[in-house]
Amino acid sequence: MFTQVTLELLGGFWETIKIFLLTLAFSIPLGLVVCFGSMNKWSPFRRLEAGPLHFLSGWKPIRWLTRTFVWIIRGTPLMLQLIIIFYGPGLMFGLPSMPRMTATIVAFSINYACYFSEIYRGGIESISRGQYEAGQVLGMTKSQIFFRVVLLQVVKRIMAPMSNEIITLVKDTSLARIIGIYEIIWSGEQFIKKGLIWPLFYTGAFYLIFSGALTILFGKLEKKLSYFRG
Amino acid sequence: MAILQVNNLRKGFGDTDVLKGISFSLEQGQVLAIIGSSGGGKSTLLRCLNFLETPDEGEIWVAGKQLLSASEEEIRQNRLHFGLVFQNFNLFPQYSVLENITLAPTLLKQGTAEQIREKAMGLLEKVGLKEKAESYPHQLSGGQQQRVAIARALALNPQILCFDEPTSALDPELTGEVLRVIRGLKNGGNTMIVVTHEMEFARSVADVVMFMADGVIEEMDAPEQVFGDPRSEKTRAFIRGAQEKF
Ligand SMILES: Nc1ncnc2c1ncn2[C@@H]1O[C@H](COP(=O)(O)OP(=O)(O)OP(=O)(O)O)[C@@H](O)[C@H]1O
Ligand SMILES: [Mg+2]
Repeated sequence: MFTQVTLELLGGFWETIKIFLLTLAFSIPLGLVVCFGSMNKWSPFRRLEAGPLHFLSGWKPIRWLTRTFVWIIRGTPLMLQLIIIFYGPGLMFGLPSMPRMTATIVAFSINYACYFSEIYRGGIESISRGQYEAGQVLGMTKSQIFFRVVLLQVVKRIMAPMSNEIITLVKDTSLARIIGIYEIIWSGEQFIKKGLIWPLFYTGAFYLIFSGALTILFGKLEKKLSYFRG
Repeated sequence: MAILQVNNLRKGFGDTDVLKGISFSLEQGQVLAIIGSSGGGKSTLLRCLNFLETPDEGEIWVAGKQLLSASEEEIRQNRLHFGLVFQNFNLFPQYSVLENITLAPTLLKQGTAEQIREKAMGLLEKVGLKEKAESYPHQLSGGQQQRVAIARALALNPQILCFDEPTSALDPELTGEVLRVIRGLKNGGNTMIVVTHEMEFARSVADVVMFMADGVIEEMDAPEQVFGDPRSEKTRAFIRGAQEKF
């Protein structure tokens, strides 16, 4: 029996892991794009400062659009986003719906990219102007300053909030069942019909071991970056 | 020919004019000390010279060549004529002392890794921190960090090295080691502009002293003149005030 349950749960766990890894792979870089969007300074009506349309002069459309998008994504439940992304295209535009896993990864990646972008932004904005200026007076280009001077300091500063968010992701993967992904909790639930409750506790053990391993990993990374202060 | 010639430099932030037409020149190898009360525009002047601020008006000439700043790339190149040492050092925390110094020359491909390293070690010796090459900034005292910052600026061979209150963030007992290094640089023939509140230092090291007040050069002359017999009433009041503090 135990072996049978384990095998069944491992099947579900594999889906969980897939969601987790693919979401991270897409949302970590996508978050950087969103982050740059939310800090974008482009302001097409800057020149109207003196005229009657002066209220437009400070408008930064890319920043505004990105921040609005982030606000919507962070302000609504991931479960709702999952449902809309899976059923929406078909019901609204008559398009064929995406495979379940694709829709899951799309929804999770967008959602997590928005959370990550805010963490990145906090990290980037916390670096003192002096660091940029020191790079500038040493003749560095903008990208050299970002990649050679700022980035590692940002990584160090966002380590704690990122690890929180990533551990939350481990648990959020269970939401994917709403659009029919056979993740680990669902696979555990199968056994309720047979009158067994312990497989559900067993799924909990999977989560604990997984997030425990991540905690150890992040601890190691933090330690690795502890050689400097800043 | 002057190494630096500044003509009618103007800079404002919003409605406040901070630099109201600054003109002066500096000869090769000279040390210019800039003194003046808080908010007078000293930092803004240095930041304009290092292209951290864009002047609204005016010209900057270095060794007979006017520095124009039309493109980002041009601005980056212009910055290389100058070096700037900040009040609060701004070392890169994730790099060792040696890496702080070699980073920019490496990115600018100013030689082989070995040449750049050797030069950096030479500079560290000059500022008395050779044994700290492998340390990280947070392991150093403020005075040591500032000396690393000086070595870092020197690594790019700037024609004019600027200091913005290099000892203001330091405990009094640490200012001496930094001022000694700057004095040593003068003897090595470096052209320098030092914004400072250390009147004794300005008097003894500078070839020329500039007193700035409210965005204009109130007085610029030899230190004996400015400190001994200031022409302007404002300068006189400022120097009297500074002497009373000590
Ligand atoms: N980025 C800025 N935006 C707006 N105002 C500024 C900015 N930078 C400087 N100022 C103003 O310009 C004036 C001159 O400042 P600056 O820092 O050049 O003075 P300072 O002579 O270096 O003073 P201190 O001795 O205190 O360092 C001040 O009134 C300051 O408030
Ligand atoms: Mg200042």
